[in-house]
Amino acid sequence: MLQEIIMAGFGGQGIMSMGQLLTYAGMLENKHVAWIPSYGPEMRGGTANCGVTISDREISSPVIFEPTAAIIMNRPSLDKFELTVKPGGFILVNSSLIEQKVQRTDIKACYIPANELAEGLGSSRVSGMVILGALLELTKVVSFDSVEESLKKVLPEYRYNLIPLNRQALEKGAGVVRQAMKFAVANPR
Amino acid sequence: MAEMLMKGNEAIGEAAVMAGCRYFFGYPITPQSELPHYMVKRLAEVGGVFLQAESETSAINMCYGAAGAGARVMTSSSSPGISLKLEGISYMAGAELPAVIVNIMRGGPGLGNIQPAQSDYFQATKGGGHGDYNLIVLAPASVQEIVDLTIDAFELADKYRNPVMILGDGVLGQMMEPVEIRELKVNIPEKPWATTGATGRKPNLINSIYIAPEPCEEHNLRLQVKFRQMARENVRYEDYRTDDAEILVVAYGTSARIAKGAIDRAREQGIRVGLVRPVSLWPFPYEHLAEVAQKVTAVLVVEMSAGQMIEDVRLALNGSKPVDFYGRLGGMLPVTSEILREIEKLAKGGRSNG
Repeated sequence: MLQEIIMAGFGGQGIMSMGQLLTYAGMLENKHVAWIPSYGPEMRGGTANCGVTISDREISSPVIFEPTAAIIMNRPSLDKFELTVKPGGFILVNSSLIEQKVQRTDIKACYIPANELAEGLGSSRVSGMVILGALLELTKVVSFDSVEESLKKVLPEYRYNLIPLNRQALEKGAGVVRQAMKFAVANPR
Repeated sequence: MAEMLMKGNEAIGEAAVMAGCRYFFGYPITPQSELPHYMVKRLAEVGGVFLQAESETSAINMCYGAAGAGARVMTSSSSPGISLKLEGISYMAGAELPAVIVNIMRGGPGLGNIQPAQSDYFQATKGGGHGDYNLIVLAPASVQEIVDLTIDAFELADKYRNPVMILGDGVLGQMMEPVEIRELKVNIPEKPWATTGATGRKPNLINSIYIAPEPCEEHNLRLQVKFRQMARENVRYEDYRTDDAEILVVAYGTSARIAKGAIDRAREQGIRVGLVRPVSLWPFPYEHLAEVAQKVTAVLVVEMSAGQMIEDVRLALNGSKPVDFYGRLGGMLPVTSEILREIEKLAKGGRSNG
Protein backbone atom coordinates (compact mmCIF):
# COMPACT_ATOMS: atom_id res chain seq x y z
CA MET A 1 0.00 0.00 0.00
CA LEU A 2 1.36 3.36 -1.00
CA GLN A 3 -0.88 6.41 -0.88
CA GLU A 4 0.55 9.75 -1.94
CA ILE A 5 -1.99 12.46 -1.30
CA ILE A 6 -1.82 16.12 -2.26
CA MET A 7 -4.00 18.60 -0.40
CA ALA A 8 -4.24 22.06 -1.91
CA GLY A 9 -6.20 25.25 -1.40
CA PHE A 10 -6.02 28.80 -0.06
CA GLY A 11 -3.91 29.66 2.94
CA GLY A 12 -6.30 29.67 5.92
CA GLN A 13 -8.48 26.76 4.80
CA GLY A 14 -6.70 24.46 7.22
CA ILE A 15 -4.96 22.49 4.49
CA MET A 16 -1.72 22.03 6.43
CA SER A 17 -3.51 20.91 9.60
CA MET A 18 -5.72 18.53 7.65
CA GLY A 19 -2.61 16.94 6.15
CA GLN A 20 -0.93 16.67 9.54
CA LEU A 21 -4.06 15.07 10.98
CA LEU A 22 -4.09 12.41 8.28
CA THR A 23 -0.36 11.82 8.76
CA TYR A 24 -0.83 11.43 12.47
CA ALA A 25 -3.63 8.91 11.88
CA GLY A 26 -1.31 6.89 9.63
CA MET A 27 1.34 6.94 12.34
CA LEU A 28 -1.20 5.65 14.90
CA GLU A 29 -1.86 2.74 12.53
CA ASN A 30 1.88 1.98 12.56
CA LYS A 31 2.33 2.84 8.92
CA HIS A 32 5.26 4.71 7.44
CA VAL A 33 4.23 8.34 7.08
CA ALA A 34 5.64 11.63 5.86
CA TRP A 35 4.17 15.12 5.54
CA ILE A 36 5.68 17.96 3.58
CA PRO A 37 4.39 21.48 3.01
CA SER A 38 4.83 23.66 0.01
CA TYR A 39 6.76 26.59 1.32
CA GLY A 40 7.69 29.76 -0.38
CA PRO A 41 6.48 33.14 -1.50
CA GLU A 42 3.33 31.57 -2.97
CA MET A 43 2.05 30.91 0.54
CA ARG A 44 1.47 34.55 1.34
CA GLY A 45 -2.13 35.18 0.32
CA GLY A 46 -1.97 32.58 -2.41
CA THR A 47 -2.28 28.85 -2.56
CA ALA A 48 -0.96 26.43 0.02
CA ASN A 49 -0.48 22.74 -0.39
CA CYS A 50 0.97 19.80 1.42
CA GLY A 51 1.77 16.21 0.58
CA VAL A 52 0.98 13.23 2.79
CA THR A 53 2.54 9.85 2.13
CA ILE A 54 1.24 6.76 3.93
CA SER A 55 2.85 3.45 3.10
CA ASP A 56 3.50 -0.10 4.27
CA ARG A 57 7.13 0.37 3.28
CA GLU A 58 9.87 2.85 3.97
CA ILE A 59 9.06 6.10 2.17
CA SER A 60 11.61 7.17 -0.39
CA SER A 61 10.62 10.63 -1.51
CA PRO A 62 8.48 12.71 0.85
CA VAL A 63 7.93 15.06 -2.08
CA ILE A 64 5.06 13.82 -4.21
CA PHE A 65 5.49 14.00 -7.97
CA GLU A 66 2.52 11.83 -9.01
CA PRO A 67 -0.21 11.75 -6.34
CA THR A 68 -2.54 8.75 -5.99
CA ALA A 69 -5.18 11.22 -4.77
CA ALA A 70 -5.59 14.99 -4.62
CA ILE A 71 -7.91 17.10 -2.47
CA ILE A 72 -8.56 20.35 -4.31
CA MET A 73 -10.02 23.18 -2.27
CA ASN A 74 -9.71 26.08 -4.74
CA ARG A 75 -9.58 26.77 -8.47
CA PRO A 76 -5.84 27.58 -8.82
CA SER A 77 -5.05 24.25 -7.18
CA LEU A 78 -7.16 22.38 -9.71
CA ASP A 79 -5.18 24.02 -12.52
CA LYS A 80 -1.94 23.16 -10.77
CA PHE A 81 -2.55 19.53 -9.80
CA GLU A 82 -5.08 17.97 -12.20
CA LEU A 83 -2.36 16.93 -14.62
CA THR A 84 -0.13 15.44 -11.92
CA VAL A 85 -2.56 12.83 -10.54
CA LYS A 86 -1.55 9.26 -11.27
CA PRO A 87 -3.77 7.57 -13.90
CA GLY A 88 -6.50 5.71 -12.05
CA GLY A 89 -6.11 8.02 -9.06
CA PHE A 90 -8.71 10.16 -7.31
CA ILE A 91 -9.29 13.88 -7.50
CA LEU A 92 -11.66 15.34 -4.92
CA VAL A 93 -12.93 18.78 -5.86
CA ASN A 94 -14.57 21.22 -3.46
CA SER A 95 -17.50 22.08 -5.73
CA SER A 96 -18.68 24.83 -3.35
CA LEU A 97 -15.78 26.96 -4.54
CA ILE A 98 -14.88 25.45 -7.91
CA GLU A 99 -17.28 25.42 -10.86
CA GLN A 100 -14.73 24.02 -13.30
CA LYS A 101 -14.93 20.30 -14.00
CA VAL A 102 -12.03 17.88 -14.21
CA GLN A 103 -11.01 17.45 -17.85
CA ARG A 104 -9.07 14.20 -17.58
CA THR A 105 -10.94 10.96 -18.08
CA ASP A 106 -8.24 8.61 -16.79
CA ILE A 107 -8.69 9.69 -13.17
CA LYS A 108 -11.74 9.44 -10.90
CA ALA A 109 -13.23 12.81 -10.10
CA CYS A 110 -15.44 13.33 -7.07
CA TYR A 111 -17.24 16.64 -6.49
CA ILE A 112 -17.98 17.47 -2.87
CA PRO A 113 -19.82 20.71 -1.95
CA ALA A 114 -17.69 20.84 1.18
CA ASN A 115 -18.54 24.38 2.31
CA GLU A 116 -22.31 23.89 2.00
CA LEU A 117 -22.15 20.55 3.78
CA ALA A 118 -20.00 22.06 6.53
CA GLU A 119 -22.37 25.00 6.94
CA GLY A 120 -25.19 22.48 7.19
CA LEU A 121 -23.39 21.06 10.21
CA GLY A 122 -23.14 24.53 11.70
CA SER A 123 -19.60 25.54 10.87
CA SER A 124 -17.95 26.29 7.52
CA ARG A 125 -14.63 25.70 9.28
CA VAL A 126 -15.00 21.94 9.01
CA SER A 127 -15.18 21.97 5.19
CA GLY A 128 -11.75 20.35 5.08
CA MET A 129 -12.94 17.56 7.35
CA VAL A 130 -15.92 16.93 5.06
CA ILE A 131 -13.66 16.40 2.08
CA LEU A 132 -11.18 14.41 4.17
CA GLY A 133 -14.07 12.09 5.07
CA ALA A 134 -14.75 11.61 1.36
CA LEU A 135 -11.08 10.78 0.81
CA LEU A 136 -11.12 8.19 3.60
CA GLU A 137 -14.21 6.56 2.11
CA LEU A 138 -12.66 6.42 -1.36
CA THR A 139 -9.15 5.33 -0.46
CA LYS A 140 -9.53 3.60 2.95
CA VAL A 141 -6.07 5.00 3.63
CA VAL A 142 -6.74 5.12 7.39
CA SER A 143 -9.81 4.49 9.53
CA PHE A 144 -12.21 7.17 10.77
CA ASP A 145 -11.41 6.14 14.32
CA SER A 146 -7.70 6.79 13.77
CA VAL A 147 -8.46 10.30 12.54
CA GLU A 148 -10.67 10.92 15.56
CA GLU A 149 -7.92 9.57 17.82
CA SER A 150 -5.45 11.91 16.11
CA LEU A 151 -7.69 14.88 16.87
CA LYS A 152 -7.24 14.07 20.55
CA LYS A 153 -3.48 14.18 20.04
CA VAL A 154 -3.29 17.43 18.08
CA LEU A 155 -6.04 19.45 19.80
CA PRO A 156 -5.55 20.97 23.24
CA GLU A 157 -7.95 19.50 25.80
CA TYR A 158 -10.16 22.60 25.95
CA ARG A 159 -10.93 22.03 22.26
CA TYR A 160 -12.10 18.43 22.70
CA ASN A 161 -15.69 19.71 22.51
CA LEU A 162 -15.07 20.14 18.77
CA ILE A 163 -14.33 16.46 18.18
CA PRO A 164 -17.97 15.33 17.67
CA LEU A 165 -18.51 18.08 15.05
CA ASN A 166 -15.33 17.01 13.23
CA ARG A 167 -16.44 13.39 13.31
CA GLN A 168 -19.83 14.40 11.88
CA ALA A 169 -18.06 16.29 9.11
CA LEU A 170 -15.98 13.22 8.23
CA GLU A 171 -19.10 11.06 8.13
CA LYS A 172 -20.89 13.66 6.00
CA GLY A 173 -18.20 13.57 3.34
CA ALA A 174 -18.08 9.78 3.42
CA GLY A 175 -21.87 9.69 3.03
CA VAL A 176 -21.71 11.78 -0.13
CA VAL A 177 -19.21 9.34 -1.62
CA ARG A 178 -21.33 6.33 -0.68
CA GLN A 179 -24.40 7.96 -2.28
CA ALA A 180 -22.42 8.76 -5.43
CA MET A 181 -21.15 5.19 -5.62
CA LYS A 182 -24.68 3.81 -5.33
CA PHE A 183 -25.70 6.17 -8.10
CA ALA A 184 -22.82 5.02 -10.27
CA VAL A 185 -23.76 1.37 -9.79
CA ALA A 186 -27.46 2.07 -10.49
CA ASN A 187 -26.65 3.96 -13.68
CA PRO A 188 -23.90 2.06 -15.42
CA ARG A 189 -22.73 3.81 -18.56
CA MET B 1 10.01 7.18 24.99
CA ALA B 2 7.26 8.57 22.81
CA GLU B 3 6.63 8.59 19.11
CA MET B 4 5.87 12.07 17.87
CA LEU B 5 5.30 13.65 14.51
CA MET B 6 7.88 16.41 14.10
CA LYS B 7 9.26 18.69 11.44
CA GLY B 8 12.93 18.11 10.73
CA ASN B 9 13.81 21.60 11.91
CA GLU B 10 11.96 21.12 15.19
CA ALA B 11 13.53 17.70 15.64
CA ILE B 12 17.00 19.25 15.48
CA GLY B 13 15.98 21.58 18.30
CA GLU B 14 14.51 18.85 20.46
CA ALA B 15 17.54 16.62 19.89
CA ALA B 16 19.85 19.47 20.88
CA VAL B 17 17.94 19.94 24.13
CA MET B 18 18.09 16.16 24.73
CA ALA B 19 21.85 16.35 24.25
CA GLY B 20 22.20 19.05 26.90
CA CYS B 21 22.42 22.08 24.63
CA ARG B 22 21.15 25.11 26.56
CA TYR B 23 22.37 27.95 24.35
CA PHE B 24 21.21 28.87 20.89
CA PHE B 25 22.27 31.94 18.95
CA GLY B 26 20.81 32.46 15.53
CA TYR B 27 19.27 34.66 12.93
CA PRO B 28 16.18 33.66 10.95
CA ILE B 29 16.34 32.44 7.37
CA THR B 30 14.05 30.13 5.39
CA PRO B 31 13.95 27.11 5.23
CA GLN B 32 15.32 26.58 8.74
CA SER B 33 13.40 29.18 10.76
CA GLU B 34 11.29 26.60 12.60
CA LEU B 35 14.46 25.63 14.45
CA PRO B 36 15.00 29.01 16.13
CA HIS B 37 11.21 29.26 16.64
CA TYR B 38 11.29 25.95 18.46
CA MET B 39 14.32 26.92 20.54
CA VAL B 40 12.72 30.19 21.74
CA LYS B 41 10.01 28.17 23.47
CA ARG B 42 11.95 25.04 24.37
CA LEU B 43 15.08 26.59 25.86
CA ALA B 44 12.94 28.78 28.12
CA GLU B 45 11.33 25.60 29.47
CA VAL B 46 14.68 24.06 30.41
CA GLY B 47 16.35 27.19 31.76
CA GLY B 48 18.47 27.82 28.69
CA VAL B 49 19.14 30.93 26.65
CA PHE B 50 17.88 31.72 23.17
CA LEU B 51 19.12 34.87 21.58
CA GLN B 52 18.32 36.21 18.17
CA ALA B 53 21.46 38.02 17.16
CA GLU B 54 21.51 41.11 14.95
CA SER B 55 23.29 39.15 12.24
CA GLU B 56 24.75 35.77 11.40
CA THR B 57 28.23 37.08 12.18
CA SER B 58 27.12 38.01 15.67
CA ALA B 59 25.39 34.69 16.19
CA ILE B 60 28.45 32.60 15.38
CA ASN B 61 30.66 34.78 17.60
CA MET B 62 28.18 34.38 20.45
CA CYS B 63 28.65 30.64 19.93
CA TYR B 64 32.40 31.19 20.16
CA GLY B 65 31.88 32.86 23.52
CA ALA B 66 29.49 30.26 24.90
CA ALA B 67 31.64 27.35 23.71
CA GLY B 68 34.69 29.05 25.21
CA ALA B 69 32.87 29.16 28.54
CA GLY B 70 32.30 25.41 28.30
CA ALA B 71 28.63 25.35 27.26
CA ARG B 72 26.96 23.09 24.72
CA VAL B 73 25.87 25.56 22.09
CA MET B 74 24.22 25.53 18.68
CA THR B 75 23.60 27.86 15.81
CA SER B 76 21.75 27.25 12.58
CA SER B 77 21.19 28.88 9.25
CA SER B 78 20.68 28.22 5.59
CA SER B 79 23.20 28.61 2.79
CA PRO B 80 23.70 32.43 2.52
CA GLY B 81 23.69 32.71 6.30
CA ILE B 82 26.29 29.96 6.64
CA SER B 83 28.52 31.88 4.23
CA LEU B 84 28.35 34.78 6.68
CA LYS B 85 29.24 32.47 9.57
CA LEU B 86 32.33 30.97 7.95
CA GLU B 87 34.76 33.44 9.46
CA GLY B 88 33.52 32.52 12.92
CA ILE B 89 33.57 28.81 12.12
CA SER B 90 37.22 29.05 11.07
CA TYR B 91 38.01 30.94 14.30
CA MET B 92 36.28 28.24 16.33
CA ALA B 93 38.19 25.47 14.57
CA GLY B 94 41.39 27.44 15.17
CA ALA B 95 40.58 28.00 18.84
CA GLU B 96 39.40 24.37 19.17
CA LEU B 97 35.90 25.19 20.33
CA PRO B 98 33.08 22.63 20.21
CA ALA B 99 29.73 23.64 18.76
CA VAL B 100 27.05 22.25 16.51
CA ILE B 101 26.31 24.23 13.37
CA VAL B 102 23.28 23.42 11.25
CA ASN B 103 22.98 24.22 7.56
CA ILE B 104 19.58 23.54 6.01
CA MET B 105 20.67 24.16 2.44
CA ARG B 106 18.71 26.15 -0.14
CA GLY B 107 19.21 27.06 -3.77
CA GLY B 108 22.17 29.30 -4.62
CA PRO B 109 24.50 30.90 -5.49
CA GLY B 110 23.95 34.32 -3.94
CA LEU B 111 20.49 34.91 -2.57
CA GLY B 112 19.23 32.07 -4.78
CA ASN B 113 15.89 30.91 -3.43
CA ILE B 114 14.39 29.11 -0.46
CA GLN B 115 13.91 25.73 -2.12
CA PRO B 116 15.95 22.65 -1.11
CA ALA B 117 19.45 22.16 -2.54
CA GLN B 118 22.73 20.38 -1.83
CA SER B 119 25.07 22.88 -3.38
CA ASP B 120 26.99 23.70 -0.19
CA TYR B 121 28.83 20.37 -0.15
CA PHE B 122 32.18 21.92 -1.04
CA GLN B 123 31.68 24.69 1.49
CA ALA B 124 30.87 22.20 4.24
CA THR B 125 33.43 19.51 3.54
CA LYS B 126 36.40 21.31 2.00
CA GLY B 127 36.86 24.02 4.58
CA GLY B 128 34.64 26.88 3.51
CA GLY B 129 36.35 29.32 5.82
CA HIS B 130 40.03 30.18 5.65
CA GLY B 131 42.92 28.14 6.92
CA ASP B 132 43.62 24.44 7.25
CA TYR B 133 40.69 23.02 9.16
CA ASN B 134 37.96 20.41 8.90
CA LEU B 135 34.53 19.98 10.37
CA ILE B 136 32.87 16.64 10.92
CA VAL B 137 29.90 16.91 8.54
CA LEU B 138 26.90 14.67 9.12
CA ALA B 139 24.12 14.35 6.55
CA PRO B 140 20.83 12.89 7.79
CA ALA B 141 18.18 11.53 5.44
CA SER B 142 15.18 11.24 7.76
CA VAL B 143 13.75 13.10 10.71
CA GLN B 144 14.71 10.25 13.05
CA GLU B 145 18.25 10.35 11.74
CA ILE B 146 18.27 14.10 12.28
CA VAL B 147 17.60 13.42 15.97
CA ASP B 148 20.24 10.69 16.25
CA LEU B 149 22.95 12.61 14.40
CA THR B 150 22.29 15.87 16.25
CA ILE B 151 22.78 14.09 19.57
CA ASP B 152 25.98 12.48 18.25
CA ALA B 153 27.15 15.83 16.90
CA PHE B 154 27.29 17.34 20.39
CA GLU B 155 29.23 14.34 21.70
CA LEU B 156 31.71 14.51 18.82
CA ALA B 157 32.15 18.27 19.13
CA ASP B 158 33.12 17.92 22.78
CA LYS B 159 35.24 14.81 22.15
CA TYR B 160 37.42 16.53 19.57
CA ARG B 161 36.95 20.16 20.65
CA ASN B 162 35.90 20.99 17.11
CA PRO B 163 32.76 22.33 15.44
CA VAL B 164 30.49 19.68 13.89
CA MET B 165 28.08 20.49 11.09
CA ILE B 166 24.66 18.96 10.44
CA LEU B 167 24.06 19.34 6.70
CA GLY B 168 20.44 19.02 5.61
CA ASP B 169 18.26 20.64 3.00
CA GLY B 170 14.88 22.33 2.80
CA VAL B 171 13.02 19.05 2.34
CA LEU B 172 14.50 17.55 5.50
CA GLY B 173 13.91 20.74 7.46
CA GLN B 174 10.30 21.14 6.39
CA MET B 175 9.06 17.56 6.32
CA MET B 176 7.34 15.80 9.20
CA GLU B 177 8.01 12.19 10.13
CA PRO B 178 7.58 10.16 13.30
CA VAL B 179 10.46 10.40 15.74
CA GLU B 180 11.26 8.75 19.03
CA ILE B 181 11.90 11.28 21.74
CA ARG B 182 13.60 9.75 24.73
CA GLU B 183 15.29 10.80 27.93
CA LEU B 184 19.04 10.83 27.59
CA LYS B 185 21.63 10.60 30.29
CA VAL B 186 23.90 13.41 29.24
CA ASN B 187 27.45 13.43 30.50
CA ILE B 188 29.07 16.62 29.37
CA PRO B 189 32.81 16.03 29.76
CA GLU B 190 34.95 18.14 32.04
CA LYS B 191 36.34 21.14 30.18
CA PRO B 192 39.40 22.25 32.15
CA TRP B 193 40.40 24.47 29.23
CA ALA B 194 37.22 26.59 29.39
CA THR B 195 37.18 30.19 30.51
CA THR B 196 35.01 29.75 33.59
CA GLY B 197 36.54 32.38 35.84
CA ALA B 198 40.10 31.72 36.96
CA THR B 199 39.38 31.34 40.68
CA GLY B 200 42.13 29.29 42.29
CA ARG B 201 43.82 28.39 39.02
CA LYS B 202 45.86 29.90 36.27
CA PRO B 203 43.78 31.78 33.69
CA ASN B 204 42.83 29.92 30.52
CA LEU B 205 43.24 31.63 27.19
CA ILE B 206 41.11 30.75 24.18
CA ASN B 207 42.45 32.20 20.99
CA SER B 208 43.31 31.39 17.42
CA ILE B 209 46.10 33.93 17.00
CA TYR B 210 49.72 32.79 16.78
CA ILE B 211 51.66 35.83 15.64
CA ALA B 212 54.96 34.06 15.04
CA PRO B 213 54.90 31.49 12.25
CA GLU B 214 56.80 28.77 14.17
CA PRO B 215 54.22 28.30 16.95
CA CYS B 216 51.46 28.71 14.38
CA GLU B 217 52.91 25.86 12.37
CA GLU B 218 53.18 23.76 15.54
CA HIS B 219 49.56 24.56 16.32
CA ASN B 220 48.57 23.55 12.79
CA LEU B 221 50.51 20.29 12.98
CA ARG B 222 48.76 19.48 16.24
CA LEU B 223 45.40 20.25 14.62
CA GLN B 224 46.26 18.03 11.66
CA VAL B 225 46.93 15.10 14.00
CA LYS B 226 43.49 15.71 15.47
CA PHE B 227 41.80 15.98 12.07
CA ARG B 228 43.39 12.70 10.99
CA GLN B 229 42.07 11.04 14.14
CA MET B 230 38.61 12.52 13.48
CA ALA B 231 38.76 11.16 9.94
CA ARG B 232 39.74 7.66 11.11
CA GLU B 233 37.09 7.40 13.79
CA ASN B 234 33.99 8.83 12.19
CA VAL B 235 33.30 7.30 8.79
CA ARG B 236 29.59 6.55 8.49
CA TYR B 237 27.52 5.25 5.61
CA GLU B 238 24.46 3.19 4.75
CA ASP B 239 24.39 0.44 2.10
CA TYR B 240 21.10 -0.27 0.36
CA ARG B 241 20.68 -3.36 -1.86
CA THR B 242 24.38 -3.39 -2.73
CA ASP B 243 25.05 -7.11 -2.15
CA ASP B 244 24.61 -8.20 -5.78
CA ALA B 245 24.66 -4.73 -7.36
CA GLU B 246 26.15 -4.23 -10.80
CA ILE B 247 25.26 -0.56 -10.84
CA LEU B 248 26.01 1.64 -7.86
CA VAL B 249 24.23 4.88 -7.03
CA VAL B 250 25.92 7.26 -4.60
CA ALA B 251 23.77 9.95 -3.01
CA TYR B 252 23.22 11.54 0.40
CA GLY B 253 20.35 13.17 2.27
CA THR B 254 17.17 13.87 0.30
CA SER B 255 18.75 12.76 -3.00
CA ALA B 256 19.50 9.38 -1.46
CA ARG B 257 15.87 8.94 -0.40
CA ILE B 258 14.61 9.71 -3.87
CA ALA B 259 17.30 7.45 -5.37
CA LYS B 260 16.10 4.56 -3.19
CA GLY B 261 12.67 4.85 -4.80
CA ALA B 262 14.28 4.68 -8.25
CA ILE B 263 16.42 1.71 -7.20
CA ASP B 264 13.34 -0.21 -6.00
CA ARG B 265 11.65 0.40 -9.34
CA ALA B 266 14.76 -0.62 -11.30
CA ARG B 267 15.00 -3.80 -9.22
CA GLU B 268 11.42 -4.65 -10.24
CA GLN B 269 12.71 -4.64 -13.82
CA GLY B 270 15.53 -6.95 -12.83
CA ILE B 271 18.27 -4.31 -12.87
CA ARG B 272 20.76 -5.07 -10.13
CA VAL B 273 21.37 -1.66 -8.61
CA GLY B 274 22.22 -0.52 -5.11
CA LEU B 275 23.04 2.61 -3.16
CA VAL B 276 25.84 3.75 -0.91
CA ARG B 277 24.65 6.71 1.12
CA PRO B 278 27.46 8.60 2.81
CA VAL B 279 26.20 9.69 6.23
CA SER B 280 29.45 11.38 7.19
CA LEU B 281 30.41 13.66 4.30
CA TRP B 282 33.59 14.54 6.15
CA PRO B 283 35.16 12.12 6.70
CA PHE B 284 34.01 10.71 3.37
CA PRO B 285 33.73 6.90 3.14
CA TYR B 286 36.47 6.60 0.48
CA GLU B 287 37.62 3.09 1.34
CA HIS B 288 34.15 1.63 1.68
CA LEU B 289 33.05 3.08 -1.61
CA ALA B 290 36.11 1.74 -3.38
CA GLU B 291 35.39 -1.70 -1.95
CA VAL B 292 31.71 -1.77 -2.97
CA ALA B 293 32.53 -0.35 -6.40
CA GLN B 294 34.93 -3.22 -7.16
CA LYS B 295 31.96 -5.43 -8.01
CA VAL B 296 30.04 -2.96 -10.16
CA THR B 297 30.30 -1.89 -13.77
CA ALA B 298 28.92 1.63 -13.48
CA VAL B 299 28.53 4.33 -10.84
CA LEU B 300 25.90 7.07 -10.83
CA VAL B 301 26.17 10.04 -8.48
CA VAL B 302 22.91 11.90 -7.76
CA GLU B 303 23.00 15.32 -6.14
CA MET B 304 20.92 18.47 -5.87
CA SER B 305 23.87 20.42 -7.21
CA ALA B 306 25.99 20.72 -10.36
CA GLY B 307 28.14 17.88 -9.04
CA GLN B 308 30.21 18.40 -5.91
CA MET B 309 30.28 15.12 -3.99
CA ILE B 310 31.09 13.45 -7.31
CA GLU B 311 34.68 14.71 -6.86
CA ASP B 312 35.01 12.64 -3.68
CA VAL B 313 33.46 9.64 -5.41
CA ARG B 314 36.04 9.97 -8.20
CA LEU B 315 38.81 10.24 -5.61
CA ALA B 316 37.51 7.08 -3.95
CA LEU B 317 37.38 5.13 -7.22
CA ASN B 318 40.65 6.58 -8.47
CA GLY B 319 39.77 6.05 -12.12
CA SER B 320 38.83 2.38 -11.68
CA LYS B 321 35.22 2.84 -12.84
CA PRO B 322 33.33 5.33 -14.99
CA VAL B 323 31.42 7.78 -12.82
CA ASP B 324 28.26 9.35 -14.21
CA PHE B 325 26.23 12.16 -12.78
CA TYR B 326 22.63 13.19 -12.50
CA GLY B 327 21.79 16.43 -10.72
CA ARG B 328 19.17 19.12 -10.39
CA LEU B 329 20.09 22.69 -9.64
CA GLY B 330 18.81 25.86 -8.05
CA GLY B 331 16.23 24.35 -5.71
CA MET B 332 14.82 21.74 -8.08
CA LEU B 333 14.48 18.15 -6.88
CA PRO B 334 15.49 15.01 -8.74
CA VAL B 335 12.39 13.02 -9.70
CA THR B 336 12.27 9.26 -9.12
CA SER B 337 11.42 8.53 -12.78
CA GLU B 338 14.35 10.66 -14.00
CA ILE B 339 16.85 8.80 -11.82
CA LEU B 340 15.30 5.53 -13.01
CA ARG B 341 15.90 6.59 -16.60
CA GLU B 342 19.58 7.22 -15.87
CA ILE B 343 19.87 3.81 -14.20
CA GLU B 344 18.23 2.17 -17.23
CA LYS B 345 20.73 3.87 -19.56
CA LEU B 346 23.61 2.51 -17.51
CA ALA B 347 22.03 -0.95 -17.40
CA LYS B 348 21.97 -0.99 -21.20
CA GLY B 349 25.68 -0.24 -21.18
CA GLY B 350 25.27 3.40 -22.14
CA ARG B 351 26.37 6.48 -20.31
CA SER B 352 24.27 8.76 -18.19
CA ASN B 353 24.48 12.57 -18.46
CA GLY B 354 28.11 12.26 -17.36
